[in-house]
Amino acid sequence: MSEKFEPKIVAFFCNWCTYTAADLAGVSRLKYAPNVRVIRVMCSGRVDPQFVLDAFARGADGVLLGGCHPGDCHYAEGNYKTLRRMRMLERMLKAMGIYDGRFRLEWISGAEGDKVRSVVNDMTEKVRALGPLNLPGKFTEWDKEIEELEAHVNGGSKKEATVHAR
Amino acid sequence: MPDKPKVAFYWCASCGGCEEAVVDLAEDILTVVGAVDIVLWPVAMDFKKADIEARPDKSIVAAFINGAVRTSEQEEWVRMLRKKSQVVVSFGACANSGGIPALANQSRKEDILKYVYEDCPGVDNPDKTRPRIKCEDEGHTLTLPELRSMVRSLDQVIDVDYYLPGCPPTPKLIMAAVQALLSGKLPPKGTVLSPDIALCEECKRKDSKPADLALTEFKRPHQIQIDPEKCLLAQGIVCMGPATRGGCEALCPGGNMACTGCFGPTSRVKDQGAKFVSSVFSNIAPKEEKDIDAVLDGIPDPIGTFYRYGLSKCLLRRKLN
Repeated sequence: MSEKFEPKIVAFFCNWCTYTAADLAGVSRLKYAPNVRVIRVMCSGRVDPQFVLDAFARGADGVLLGGCHPGDCHYAEGNYKTLRRMRMLERMLKAMGIYDGRFRLEWISGAEGDKVRSVVNDMTEKVRALGPLNLPGKFTEWDKEIEELEAHVNGGSKKEATVHAR
Repeated sequence: MPDKPKVAFYWCASCGGCEEAVVDLAEDILTVVGAVDIVLWPVAMDFKKADIEARPDKSIVAAFINGAVRTSEQEEWVRMLRKKSQVVVSFGACANSGGIPALANQSRKEDILKYVYEDCPGVDNPDKTRPRIKCEDEGHTLTLPELRSMVRSLDQVIDVDYYLPGCPPTPKLIMAAVQALLSGKLPPKGTVLSPDIALCEECKRKDSKPADLALTEFKRPHQIQIDPEKCLLAQGIVCMGPATRGGCEALCPGGNMACTGCFGPTSRVKDQGAKFVSSVFSNIAPKEEKDIDAVLDGIPDPIGTFYRYGLSKCLLRRKLN
């Protein structure tokens, strides 16, 4: 039995534009892939690159960040700050082996319910094609090489089970 | 004469700078040596593994362990010291977060071995001989430690009680830590024994740091004549101060060198590199993608720059291959 891989995508949507657009998509009954888990933030500028890395580390296959179009930010400059730091984050992710497609930044205004649909559908398909990232699984696999020895040194006793810090 | 508390020093994948920092205590080291019994210190004194193995569990008051964990032998030693010690202090940047050795987490083990034993200029190894974990010779079995596929921080292998940050920790912080241990006035477990403030707070150049950096380019130190008074970031030099813990009293910026982040982050930060990107790069000047990219081109090696001492503690832990 082979099941189709369903990517898990964490989406950070800004309160003023993209979240409103997702809401509009909902009330307009537009159907789109159920693979995004939307987190509402007040501004795309609230999204720290740490959030993106943490989402991947906790099992996301993709991270989508939606904000207002440049010039339309409720807080005037928030989305410019987002753009600058996310351009740097993309370079960093690439250097760490997470390539284009798993992380995406999109400007979606409150009127663009249809864009939410097309972006989510498109990203879901692209991440599906890339396959699972499964970082939590990789962490466990990487630590296997040190666990064998742990049992040896501690004489096989499990009294001090080590919790590996991430 | 009552028994003096037993103390152990051990090193894993490290350069020896942390050992040097202990010696840098200068005359204060006599206070330490007078107050404790050193039962293990491979760099300075001759003790064998069997000596430590023979000790009862928890009989060592404190083990100071520096260096990243890279091989099976280091894992074995640190696990043994954990069993034999009441308190384990992760000593220095390599033990805390992988340090410089952790930059190897950008490469696969096989690629590293191939380079070192075959491709590196100057290597003469036509048979492509590599160290083997086990080999038989004239009826004897010889063994070598195994190189792990990645570099780990000490707390990714064993439970750690306290952290002394820095590459290396300053003598002042070491002495404060030793005194706290000897007096029994211990902070809560997991404490980093250094002030929990950003380095910029301690920097003499702080007053010249603008609210908005509005950078238009990044320069490397050899490309400009650095103004010794002005904030280094404001001069376009990557200075990790905003994302780094204080405690060193801004030694490097004081010496006209940018901070490279060896003290690790403050307690509010989960990932030092990502936090640095968050704080500094939102404040560069351009607004168009192409102009932003031109500024970012000034940093050719983002991982080596933002995770110089902390790649093991990056939330992703290593490059995914």
